[in-house]
Amino acid sequence: MKYEPVIGLEVHLHLNTKTKAFCGCSTQFGSEPNAQVCPVCLGFPGSLPVYNQTALDYAIKVALALNCKVQEHTKFDRKNYFYPDLPKNYQISQYDLPLSMHGFLDIELGGQEKRIGITRVHMEEDAGKLIHQEDCSLVDFNRTGIPLLEIVSEPDLNSPEEAYEYLSTLKSVIEYLDVSDCDMEKGSLRCDANISLRPAGSKTLGVKTELKNMNSFKGVKDALAFEIGRQNKLLESAETLLQETRLWNAKSSETLPMRVKEGAKDYRYFPEPDLPALIITESKIAEIKNTIPELPKEKMRRFIKDYGLSEYDAKVLTASKWTARFSEETMRKFSAVNKKPVANWIIGPLAGIAGNKSCEISALRISADQLVDLIELVEKKQVISNLTGKVVLEEMANTGKHPQKIIEEKNLAQISDSTSLNSVIAGVIKENPKSVADYKTGKANALMFLVGQAMRKSAGKANPKMLQTLLKERLDSE
Amino acid sequence: MGIDKKTVEGVAHLARIELEPKELEKLSHQLEHILAFIDKLSVLNTDNVPPTSHILPLNNVLRKDETKPSLSIEKTLANAPAKQGNFFVVPKVIE
Amino acid sequence: MELYKLTAHELLEKLKNKEITAEEISSSLAKRIEDVDVEVKAYVRTPEKWGQKRGQSPEKGDSPLFFETKGIPVSIKDNICTDGYSTECCSKILEGFKPPYNATVINKINEAGHSFLGLKCNMDEFAFGSSTENSCFGPTRNPWNLESVPGGSSGGSAAAVAGDEAIWALGSDTGGSIRQPASFCGVVGLKPTYGRVSRYGLIAFASSLDQIGPLTKDARDSALLMNIISGFDPLDSTSINIPVPDYTKDLINDAKGLKIGIPKEYFVEGLDPEVKSIVEEAIDKLKGLGAQFKEVSLPHTEYAVPVYYIIATAEASSNLARFDGVQYGLRAKTQGLIDMYKKTRQLGFGDEAKRRIILGTFALSHGYYDAYYLRALKVRTLIKQDFDNVFKDFDCIVTPTSPTAAFKIGDKVDDPLKMYLSDIYTISVNLAGIPAISIPCGFTKKGLPVGLQILSRHFNESALFRLAYTYEQNTEWHKMKPKL
Repeated sequence: MKYEPVIGLEVHLHLNTKTKAFCGCSTQFGSEPNAQVCPVCLGFPGSLPVYNQTALDYAIKVALALNCKVQEHTKFDRKNYFYPDLPKNYQISQYDLPLSMHGFLDIELGGQEKRIGITRVHMEEDAGKLIHQEDCSLVDFNRTGIPLLEIVSEPDLNSPEEAYEYLSTLKSVIEYLDVSDCDMEKGSLRCDANISLRPAGSKTLGVKTELKNMNSFKGVKDALAFEIGRQNKLLESAETLLQETRLWNAKSSETLPMRVKEGAKDYRYFPEPDLPALIITESKIAEIKNTIPELPKEKMRRFIKDYGLSEYDAKVLTASKWTARFSEETMRKFSAVNKKPVANWIIGPLAGIAGNKSCEISALRISADQLVDLIELVEKKQVISNLTGKVVLEEMANTGKHPQKIIEEKNLAQISDSTSLNSVIAGVIKENPKSVADYKTGKANALMFLVGQAMRKSAGKANPKMLQTLLKERLDSE
Repeated sequence: MGIDKKTVEGVAHLARIELEPKELEKLSHQLEHILAFIDKLSVLNTDNVPPTSHILPLNNVLRKDETKPSLSIEKTLANAPAKQGNFFVVPKVIE
Repeated sequence: MELYKLTAHELLEKLKNKEITAEEISSSLAKRIEDVDVEVKAYVRTPEKWGQKRGQSPEKGDSPLFFETKGIPVSIKDNICTDGYSTECCSKILEGFKPPYNATVINKINEAGHSFLGLKCNMDEFAFGSSTENSCFGPTRNPWNLESVPGGSSGGSAAAVAGDEAIWALGSDTGGSIRQPASFCGVVGLKPTYGRVSRYGLIAFASSLDQIGPLTKDARDSALLMNIISGFDPLDSTSINIPVPDYTKDLINDAKGLKIGIPKEYFVEGLDPEVKSIVEEAIDKLKGLGAQFKEVSLPHTEYAVPVYYIIATAEASSNLARFDGVQYGLRAKTQGLIDMYKKTRQLGFGDEAKRRIILGTFALSHGYYDAYYLRALKVRTLIKQDFDNVFKDFDCIVTPTSPTAAFKIGDKVDDPLKMYLSDIYTISVNLAGIPAISIPCGFTKKGLPVGLQILSRHFNESALFRLAYTYEQNTEWHKMKPKL
C-alpha cells in the first residue's frame, strides 16, 4: 500500500521586545547565567505578572500577517506542570480563548502554490534552560519569561519538502514584520512536528508521532523524512505504531523515543487570575494592520511588475527582507531599463560572497551605489570584464572601497584603445604562425586560441570584444 | 461525584506530594466528606450563567516595554538550597 | 505612660506635639511583647534574648526586634514580603526564605513615614485556616482567653493588636482571614475591595480573592492605615487605577439616612443564640442612631462555602506549585528530581496545605473541571449578582462576622469541614470582591468578643467607615482590654 504523510508544525517564536513578557528584565541574548532575572520571572513568592504592551502588539501583527482572525476577547491561562526550568511550575499561556485563529500561509513548491491552514497563534512565556551534568542539572532562568508566540499549523503539509518550505516562508514573513530574530541557533525560533501516515487518498488520520529537538529547518526536513521511512516500514510489516514523542538526533540522523516516562498529561488549565482579560478592538486591529509592511509575496509580484524580473529572480530577491531592500535600492539606482544584470549580480556573485561569510547580503561592506557603479563599469562602460568585475566585487566586500578605486589601485582597467590592442595583436600573430595558418584554412578554434593568447599577453585587461573584432579584421585583411 | 483512594493517589502525583499509606487513607476519607458537601452545587442550574474568573471589570492592563534593573546574582541565588557558580542546581532531570 | 496601649492616631498626635519620640514607642512596645508574647505567641521567630536589641536598628535578617524606629511601627503577617527579612507563611517549606524585595504595602508604609515592626505575625500556614493552629510555629492564643483560638488565618496580627503587642497590623483576607480573627479578638479588621490594595508581595493563596487589609484598635486607625496602603500599583495587574479618597473624612458620627440590609440567610440555624442577640442589640443601637434597616435576601448564600473551597483551593494548588525546593526554602535530600519534588512537598507542607492542594488539583483535573471548577465560577456569578441586587437599594449590609465567638484550641482541628463552616459569613464577600469590616460589638457571658460585620458595594469603603465610626462613638466595646 502507498502511504501519504500528514504533517502539522508547531512553531515557537521569541518576540524581540526589549523586555520580558511579564517583567522589565532585558531579553538580550548571551549574558551571564541568571543575570537577567527578577522576582517576577523567577516566580518568587508574592510576585505578580504584568503583560508587555509591545508583545501584544507584535502578537497581533503576526496573527494578522498570517491571515488569522484576531479574537475580540482573549485571556491568559495557566498551564500547570512541574519542571525545573519553569519557576512557578505553571506556564502562563492561552487555552480556550487564544489571541487568534483560522489563518493561512501560502507556500510555493515546484511552481505550485499551496495554502496551509494556521490553526491558531497564541501568546505565552518561555521557560529557562537546563544544562545537564553527569550527576545533576544546572538551571539558568535568563530565558524564562521571554515572550513567545505559538503558531500551530493545520495538518495540511504532506511532505518534508513542504514542511521546509512552510518554515522558510513563515520565517520570511516574520522577518519582514521585524518582530523576531527567527534564529534557530539562538532558540528564538523552534519547531516541533506532528506526523502520521495514512493510506493515500484516505481521510482518516493514522497514529501520530510528535517530533522534537530539531535545531534547523534542514533538521526538521530530515527528521520528517526519517520518520516517514520508519513509520512506513512498521506499517508495511503490519506492526503497531505507538503514539509517542520522539527526539531527533542530528548526529545519528534518526529519531529516538523520549526516555522520560510521564503519566498521562493533565495540564489543569484554568484562567490566570493574576491577569485581567484582553479586549482587542477593531480600531486596535486597524492600527496594527497599518504597521504591517509589504510582505514577501506582494513584494515579489511588484518586483516582477516594476523591474521586469523573472518570477524566479523576484522570489529569490524577496525571500529575505534585507536582500529585498538592498536589491530594490540597487535596481532603482541602476539607470538601465533592463534590471536583469542587477538581479544576476546579486543572486550570483554577491550571494556567493555573503554565503561564504555567512551573513546577509545587506551586511556586506558594499553599498547599493557602489554595486550600481560596479555593474555599470562592467556592463555599460566596459571598463573591466565580467571576470575582473567579480574579483573587484570580492575586494569591495573585503575593504569597503569603491570599485573605481580598486580598479585604479590594482590597474585593472580594460584596454579598449585600438592602438594598444593592435600592438598586442601584432605580437601574437608574429609568435603564432601555425595558428594563423590554421585560421586561414578555416579552423574556427584557432581564432579563440589567438584571442586567449592576446588576453594573456594583456594580463587579462584587454577588452575581449574589441580584441576579437580587431584580431579578426587583421587576420581577414592579411 | 465521589473521590476514591486511587483518584487521590493520582492527584497527589500530579501535585507532586508524597503520601504515606496512612495519610492517603485519612485524606481520601476527608476529601470524600468535603466533596459530598461541595456536591450541593450540583442542584443549581447554571446552564446560562457566565463564569466569573475576575471579579472586577478590568481589561487590557499592560505595561510599557521598558527595561528595569534585574536582581544581582547574589540576591538571586541567596535563597538557593543548592548552587554552582551562577546556576541553581537540581537533581538530574533525565532519569 | 504605657504607650503600647494607645492607638496610632493618639501616638501620632503625641509625636506631632513632640511629647514622645518614635524610639519611646518602640521601646514601650518591645517591653510589652517581651512581657506577654510568651503566652499569646502572636509573633514568630521572636528573639531568644529580649532586650539586647530593643529599639535598635539591627542588621537585616538576623532575628531583629525592630528594623528602624520611624513613625508608628506596623506588625506584618508572615505572608507579606519584607526585603531581607524572613517571610515564611508559617510553613516549613519556606524555611529560611528571605525575599529580595518588599511588598508594595511595605514600601508604602515606609514612604508614609512609618516602619515595619521587625517581627512577623503568626498565621495559619499559607493562610489556610480559621484558627491559626495550622502554623509550623504552633498556635497563637486568644488574649481574651488563652485556651481559645484567636481566629485565623491572620490570628497573630489580630491577637497582637488585641493584646497591645502591636499598635496596628496588616493581615490578609481570602475568605475572612482578617475579619474573623478581628471578631474573635475584639479588634477592627477590614477587608478592602478586591483591587483596592496591591497584592504585589503578598504570597498568594487564592489570587482572585486575596486582599491585604488593616487590623487596628479602632475605626480611625483603620482609615489611616487604609489611606497609606491603598491605591493603584503598576506591579499588580488586578489593582485598579481610581483615586483613593481620604478615608478619615468618612469618620462621621452620623448614621442618619444610611440604608442597611439585614440578610435573612445569615440569621439561621448554626448562628450561636448568644452571638445572635449581641448582633441584634448592635443593630438596634444603629437603628437608634438613625440608620434605616430592612430585611433583604442573598439567596445563594448557602453555596458560598462550597464555591469558595473549589475556587480557593484550585488557585492555591497552582500558586503553591512553586514551592518545590528548586530556588528557595526546604529541599528534601533525595535521589532524582521527581522524588525531590514529592519528598520536599511531603515534608514541607502541613496537613491542611496538603488537603487543599490535593482538593484544588482534583477540581482542575481532567474530567472534573466542568463539574467542579467551572460550576463554581458560575455560582460565583450568582453570588455576586445577589449583592448587586441588594446594593441597588442599600448602602450597607450588616451581619454577624462569625456564627460563634472564639472556639477552644483543638476543637475543630480534626474536622476540616467544621472548620470551613466557621467562615460561612465572611466568604461571600471575597467571592463578590466587595469590602467589609468587622468591629467589636459586645462580649459573650464567657467574656469573648463578638464582631459585627458591615458590607458595602465595590470601592465604597467610605460607607463602612462611617457606620463603624458612628457605632464606635456611641459604644465602648472597642476600648475594652483583655487582662494579660
